Amino acid sequence: MSEFNKFFVEGLACLGAGIGMIAGMGPGIGQGYAAGQGCAAVGRNPGARGSVMTTMLLGQAVAETTGLYSLVVAIILIFANPYTK
Amino acid sequence: METELDLGINGYARFELFGKTFFLTNTHIAVIVVVAVITVLAILANRVIRKADPSKTPGKALNLIELVVDAIDGITKSNMGEKHFRGFCNYIGTLMIFLVISNTIGIFGLRPPTADYGITFGLAIITFFLIHINGFRYQKMKHLTDLFDPWPLTPINVIGELATPVSMSLRLFGNILSGTIIMALIYGLLPKFMLLFWPGVLHIYFDLFSGAIQAFVFSMLTMVFIAKNFED
Repeated sequence: MSEFNKFFVEGLACLGAGIGMIAGMGPGIGQGYAAGQGCAAVGRNPGARGSVMTTMLLGQAVAETTGLYSLVVAIILIFANPYTK
Repeated sequence: METELDLGINGYARFELFGKTFFLTNTHIAVIVVVAVITVLAILANRVIRKADPSKTPGKALNLIELVVDAIDGITKSNMGEKHFRGFCNYIGTLMIFLVISNTIGIFGLRPPTADYGITFGLAIITFFLIHINGFRYQKMKHLTDLFDPWPLTPINVIGELATPVSMSLRLFGNILSGTIIMALIYGLLPKFMLLFWPGVLHIYFDLFSGAIQAFVFSMLTMVFIAKNFED
């Protein structure tokens, strides 16, 4: 396996990190949808602005989690890759 | 990757204890700074409160302290209900103040301590035990039998309970770490004349705004998960 050297593995790991961050698309769509629905709710009922805002931020933070998982995987692949040790 | 980027956790002093090697990292230094800041603020607040005269109108410092305490009490009350919030607002306030200061300390050039998985996972473990101790306290054995509610889904329920601290800690860690990495990339890779004003805008977003939001979200989720056990 001499041709699969350290630099080959590192390069493919960086490529994998980049491809993995495509997962950032999903939370983006979800958070945008939540923000749009929050705007609509405030427009319909401006008195409930505070609680709509709180609920929206909480939901967006929970929706962000899957994107952050892929971020953690990408960071591990680039900076703490177990295959290049 | 031989650039002057400084992303990771660096050990400064190393020492041996019980046959293992330990490092004094920049996370430890940042945590010590955060604790020192909180201690000084607490001593100052205590002095202001001691000197307060109830018959006169409160001064500026006392007003600020009352504002913070009122805000924390109000958030806790609106999430946990009138009946139970007294026992939890101290912990939630401590958590919120610690997280706000340690997330926004990146603006002073230190590495935020919450960009270290050890710290966020420790906080999430505290939340995990709070959830389940209060679950057994308020729901007795129903808290355990809820796991078998539709009985074929028992493994999924167990995994869902165990995933709570992992997802909470990874959320805080990932947000703060991504801010740290982007700031380090900006400082390390941009030419020097670009560094005059551009990082300031990003510091406002990544350190102040994102840090405050994540501190709020972490304490909010802690409250919501604990308050789930109060319903009958």
